[in-house]
Amino acid sequence: MNKVLIANRGEIARRIIRTARAMGLKTVAVYSEADQDLPFVEEADEAIALGGKRPLESYLKQDKILDVARRTGADAVHPGYGFLSENAAFAQAVRQAGLTFIGPEPKLVAMMGDKAVARSVAEAHGVPVVPGTEGLPDVSAARIEARALGYPVMLKAKAGGGGIGMQRIDDEAMLEKSFAQAENRARAAFGDGTLYLEKALVRARHVEVQIAADRGGEVVHLFERDCSLQRRHQKVVEESPAPELPLRLREKIWEAAVRLARGVSYTNVGTIEFLVEPEKETFYFLEMNTRLQVEHGITELVTGEDLVAWQFLISMGEPLPKKQFELYAKGAAAEFRIYAEDPVTFYPSPGTLQTYEVPHGEGVRVDDGYRAGNVVSPFYDPLLGKLMVHAPDRAALLTRARDALSAYRIEGVKTNIPLLLKVLDDPRFIEGAVHTEFFTQPM
Amino acid sequence: MDVQAQMAGTVFRILVEAGQTVNAGEDVVILESMKMEIPHSTPVGGIVREIYVQEGDFIDEGQKLVRIEAQP
Repeated sequence: MNKVLIANRGEIARRIIRTARAMGLKTVAVYSEADQDLPFVEEADEAIALGGKRPLESYLKQDKILDVARRTGADAVHPGYGFLSENAAFAQAVRQAGLTFIGPEPKLVAMMGDKAVARSVAEAHGVPVVPGTEGLPDVSAARIEARALGYPVMLKAKAGGGGIGMQRIDDEAMLEKSFAQAENRARAAFGDGTLYLEKALVRARHVEVQIAADRGGEVVHLFERDCSLQRRHQKVVEESPAPELPLRLREKIWEAAVRLARGVSYTNVGTIEFLVEPEKETFYFLEMNTRLQVEHGITELVTGEDLVAWQFLISMGEPLPKKQFELYAKGAAAEFRIYAEDPVTFYPSPGTLQTYEVPHGEGVRVDDGYRAGNVVSPFYDPLLGKLMVHAPDRAALLTRARDALSAYRIEGVKTNIPLLLKVLDDPRFIEGAVHTEFFTQPM
Repeated sequence: MDVQAQMAGTVFRILVEAGQTVNAGEDVVILESMKMEIPHSTPVGGIVREIYVQEGDFIDEGQKLVRIEAQP
């Protein structure tokens, strides 16, 4: 492997370029018309325009991206997260073009991409799943199943993911009202309108395990991340380790994640998401993400490992850099996602970054995709960057995070920083009493 | 009165037709911005007199979307 094409944009493209360069790999960036002035375009060794602005005209154009790989002589493709990262057909097309796809085997991308299949695979490997149904033929089947599960339930798209195409249903009237609409949306968004139901867990925590596996069948976990603080199923704050979660429960969750990864002969890095009910000490498989996760950086902070380097090494056929007993998690780390959005209405806030200054200092890491003068366009997600903070313990972490967040100077777009500062002052967060309904309750 | 875009984005769905009667608070257009769907509703009830945009159009903040002739 000599040259890697990065089929992504913004902060994650920069993140991948950084490690690729450190490993002596050449990098090729691809970019849309809307992104031509962003830092990742000039930081790559080569940058090729894809044209277009919308994802469908640019970062989702598989043929064009593969054509760029051929023309530039790239021998590997890193998909980052989002866009084509969990598209099995793309992973397959990359291989058929004779290139290395930085990720797992295409069949595993497909297996975990079908959420109903993923559930049954998890069950088959002794990993508990949230009680739920198969794909539902119609609303009357949904009505019968929902009664059996008991409300509230989650109505989900079989082909969905990343929180898209799911909603909480509190009663039968809401189910009747929502079913047809959800079906249409799922069909429009994913090309498959099939829906299924899951029991909605109340005040549960979202805990995910970072795993890594090499081609020799070695599998390790790199501990967990708590991503309970979500709004509309989009993560806002992530922490590692998960606060106030007993070690014996964390160990069981790590063990289940490793068992599943080993059971399906997974390779590369991946994340297995669970819903956890801490009081009952129960946990359920939610889904597996067969790619690098947005919040991978906090795992890097506590373990001292470079997960992008692990991805490249695994793809080169190398063994994992560390064995399980050599991995340690030190201190506490948290990630705060800096979004261009109104902190009160949560509306997106595209615009031009007139001022853009980020915090620096001990235990502070910022991965971001923009600099002053850049336009934050409405075509992609609102993530400006990620503030990651690391400290010897959680109390020190919260102090450091408050200082770092207060040091941001951003003008030209609205950001959620005021909301993040409120989170840091919220007694529930300070105590580590986080759950997925945090933002639906008054702060 | 005109219903205006609250942020830059793309017209995802137009939910009304010219000549149609709408109630105050009814959604008339859904915009898409930064991977979010943002419904835009009419603050007044009345008749849809003009639709200034088409689905897929890129629009700026403040751009007119739909003109509603208020009815008492």
